[in-house]
Amino acid sequence: MNKVVLGLIVGGILGIFDGLTAWFTPAVRAQMVGIVVGSTFKGLIAGVIIGYFARKVNSLALGILFGLAVGLILAYAVAAMPDPSGHHYYFEIMIPGGIVGMIVGYATQRYGSAPQLAR
Amino acid sequence: MTYLSDSALNRLRAAADTPDLSSTRYRPIDKLGQGGMGGVYRVEDTVLQREVALKIIAAFDSGTELGERLLHEARVIAQLEHPGIVPVHDVGRLPDGCVFYAMKLVQGDRLDDHISGLESLAERLRIFGKICEAVSFAHSRGVLHRDLKPQNIMVGPFGEVLVMDWGISKVLGNTEAKASGPLALLGTNHGTVLGTPGFMAPEQARGEHVDHRADVFSLGALLQFMNVGSSRVIGAISSKAMAEKPGDRYASVHDLSTDVAHFLDGLPVSAYPESWTTRLQRWAGKNKAWLLLILAYLIMRTLFILWRAAE
Repeated sequence: MNKVVLGLIVGGILGIFDGLTAWFTPAVRAQMVGIVVGSTFKGLIAGVIIGYFARKVNSLALGILFGLAVGLILAYAVAAMPDPSGHHYYFEIMIPGGIVGMIVGYATQRYGSAPQLAR
Repeated sequence: MTYLSDSALNRLRAAADTPDLSSTRYRPIDKLGQGGMGGVYRVEDTVLQREVALKIIAAFDSGTELGERLLHEARVIAQLEHPGIVPVHDVGRLPDGCVFYAMKLVQGDRLDDHISGLESLAERLRIFGKICEAVSFAHSRGVLHRDLKPQNIMVGPFGEVLVMDWGISKVLGNTEAKASGPLALLGTNHGTVLGTPGFMAPEQARGEHVDHRADVFSLGALLQFMNVGSSRVIGAISSKAMAEKPGDRYASVHDLSTDVAHFLDGLPVSAYPESWTTRLQRWAGKNKAWLLLILAYLIMRTLFILWRAAE
């Protein structure tokens, strides 16, 4: 499995899981479906970007750092959108989003096949 | 009557001890060691202008059988072209009937001296792996060493490991009389004991027929010697290699070295059955960063959930 596909799968799975945790926040429970779809989509985008980075750069530390940055940026974009009451959930979305990015960064650096060199 | 002084006597002894190499391309420099059947000398190859080691066996019977056996030993080693086996350069007979062969002059320490300075078990095991490679190669050519012990392993200054002294080696598939080395003079029929106590397989000590598993036993003893009570897993590997019955040992040197390599890589080894908790611990140890990240995520999520619930 190549690193981009691996990033896509890990990002997608963590995105779904991340979205489902919104159930524990009663205020946003009504928008669960939208949150899960959005969170999954965010995870997929992060997975592709981080997986592509892992194809180009072979460094565990840089991979995790890049994953953190991508996770935080994408999570910020989501957190910037307020709920119907106008409340923002920066911490609740950005901190787990950043960790998810780090997990995807680690996974794509450690696992997944590197591209073959052209003959 | 004239008495000789001690120094004159010593010079005479040294002269008598120095082989007559005048008919060869070699010039003696000094003596490296003495065995029961002859000695090993540092000599200069005057043609190629390099130092080599010359093993000279006192085959004074000038008969053909002994000479042929010694030549056979040299030929056996010459077949074993491997970085871990000392190469033979030349073979011949001196005017006094002694048979010699020239081999690479190995610089370095004997294994027992070398490992006393090594703290790390991993370093010791890497050396052991190189020994296994050389012995396994010899087995693939049908040759048994039969006298593997620390004194017969040299470690060079660049980490090269050489298995020495194939003097009592045996070629599988040949008859003992045809195949054995110089000590075969003593006879290697069933009942004759060749080898070193402590490193010799029980069947070898009893003078019975031996196969490659006798070398597996000796390697197990070598591993035990190199482990010095450091690791239970390595202890289990050496115990399996040193099983009383050949059938209970590793089937090949390759299997033995694979178990040691697995130990070095943190993988399970066949000689040491693990509980699931040990396996889990080893897996967790190898995937620390992975587990820490997931744990961090779960803790963070749980904290937010608890915080929201408290509000």
